[in-house]
Amino acid sequence: MNRLADEDLALLLLIRSFERKLLALFERGELNGTTHTCLGQEYVPVSLRPLLRDGDWMFSNHRGHGHYLARFEDPEGLLAEIMGRKGAVCDGVGGSQHLRRDRYLSTGVQGQSLPVATGVALHLKRHEPGGLACVYIGDGTWGEGAVYEALNMAQLWRLPLLVVVEHNGIAQSTPTELQMAGTIAGRAAAFGIAHTRVSSLDISEIRRQLAPLVETVRGGAPLVVEFATHRLGPHSKGDDTRPPEAVRTDWYASYQAEHPDQSARLEAAAGSRMDEIAEEVAARPPATWTAT
Amino acid sequence: MRVGEDLNQALHGLLGDDPSVYVLGEDLLDPYGGAFKITRGLSTRFPDRVLTTPLSEGAIVGAASGLALAGEKAIVEIMFGDFAALAFDQLVNFASKSVSMYGRRVPMPLIIRCPSGGNRGYGPTHSQNLQKHFIGVPGLSLFEMSPFHDNRAVLDRMLALEEPCLLFEDKVLYTRRMYEVDELFTWELVEDVAVVRFDGDLDYVVIAPGGVAHRAIAAMRTLLLAHDLAGAVLVPSRLYPFDPTALLPLLGQVGLVCVAEDGSAGGTWGSHLAADLHPRLWGSLRRPIRLVSSADSVIPTASHLERAVVLQDSTISRAVLEALDG
Ligand SMILES: Cc1ncc(C[n+]2csc(CCOP(=O)(O)OP(=O)(O)O)c2C)c(N)n1
Ligand SMILES: [Mg+2]
Repeated sequence: MNRLADEDLALLLLIRSFERKLLALFERGELNGTTHTCLGQEYVPVSLRPLLRDGDWMFSNHRGHGHYLARFEDPEGLLAEIMGRKGAVCDGVGGSQHLRRDRYLSTGVQGQSLPVATGVALHLKRHEPGGLACVYIGDGTWGEGAVYEALNMAQLWRLPLLVVVEHNGIAQSTPTELQMAGTIAGRAAAFGIAHTRVSSLDISEIRRQLAPLVETVRGGAPLVVEFATHRLGPHSKGDDTRPPEAVRTDWYASYQAEHPDQSARLEAAAGSRMDEIAEEVAARPPATWTAT
Repeated sequence: MRVGEDLNQALHGLLGDDPSVYVLGEDLLDPYGGAFKITRGLSTRFPDRVLTTPLSEGAIVGAASGLALAGEKAIVEIMFGDFAALAFDQLVNFASKSVSMYGRRVPMPLIIRCPSGGNRGYGPTHSQNLQKHFIGVPGLSLFEMSPFHDNRAVLDRMLALEEPCLLFEDKVLYTRRMYEVDELFTWELVEDVAVVRFDGDLDYVVIAPGGVAHRAIAAMRTLLLAHDLAGAVLVPSRLYPFDPTALLPLLGQVGLVCVAEDGSAGGTWGSHLAADLHPRLWGSLRRPIRLVSSADSVIPTASHLERAVVLQDSTISRAVLEALDG
């Protein structure tokens, strides 16, 4: 694997230690509700980061901590949101699955954001040409009719819509082969929408592959980018129904083997940073909800 | 001026005055101009902002929400209000919740127009009033078109709320005249409620949404001429949330308060309103608030069957007589 800039690896490991910290806090009973970690998928938003601009809109889903952190590098605000503490991004109202900040927004209903992103893309095409709306969805979400209604409109109206699919082979407990007939590529083709598959785990390679394609989206050609990726952890917490011997490819295991010194240095830094943040955020007073 | 024409002109005026307003829906383009012709002429004058869409009610409302998020304003025409059911998730779980679920208030100027109601022989899936399914959703307001409320003012008011609003439009009203009342009665606006009444002491009051106004007024005429009972019909523009404070003095004086609506019986707007009014009027009510609605039934297509199910003026006059006798 190509060596990463310290900045990229630090961000990847920040996301990983953020998610590990959440699982640890849950285990200790210090978190309420639910959460979905992106362990194993951190490289997806980090690869896309330099290809997207501040003016682009981003729509995320239930597994969105990596998407948020790659955009804002704000572990404090996100953890405060999840813990319901002062300084929470959305005053503790939205929680893990319902975040909004500037042009970033997530919702907890699968497929719901695609039509909304389509409307935003329509606005961008008219008023901010060159901007795009990026939507993250999983493989399971291709069961929702909203996805197809939106793809049809986006292609019909030639909208700058970038659909990033994190195909991790599983939806909660259901493997792809039990929920999807045909393929995502075939479904995109049915609408005449360009599709590209990303199977590499090497961020430099991924960026090289996607950079020219993302530019075509800015010109008004919707695109489906399908990452073949891997969910390392449970769907939520303590609910991994896969047999322990099931293959769980971890980009970091390969990277670490090839770049041990850089990895060790930045992993330690990310870990202690997260420890400090968690301690500091836990000590904050509860969030107050001012707007109604 | 017909009510449908008034609404069409209101849309023309709004699109002309505000370049951030979009209209989205199925079959909106001229020369067709929408299934009920309410959008006629709009796509010719404003081709960039009047968009005909695929048959995708969920995505239409979703895209309208996206426009609203990005700083525009959107009006959606659902061809038949029954199909708002296909946009239930976008309305209830996205557009309405987005106003408050992100901590800070998010403006969502959005109007979903729902041509509704029966008495036209369209049958069980094209004749309903689905108001009751949308009552009590935080961040979602319900309005109903009426012959006494200027449509432009209502549209402006809904957009100014910066929250998603459903506008129910009884299809029969489109061809009725604005502001026309029986010569036996007078009318005036009390806040947003049109009060149509006999000039004198009142025996009863009927509260009815815009689509039921003509049926309630016809019942009021029968009750006056055949039974010597004087009444008033109150027609609010905003059904939910509804603040009845301004009406309490009038409601407290009469022998009977009746709520008449066109949806199927059970879990209705009227029962919600009655539950709200009972404690407020407890000291002055002379009898329980009487509810009338269409039957607890699907809406049949054949006109004699449809008439038996859908609320008619005779349903209202019979209910008032029974209640006052009882
Ligand atoms: C409309 C809807 N149905 C069901 C769920 C419950 N749910 C949350 S995540 C999930 C699985 C999603 O799978 P996928 O799209 O593959 O994303 P992944 O979890 O693998 O990232 C389900 C069923 C939901 N949130 N929304
Ligand atoms: Mg999945």
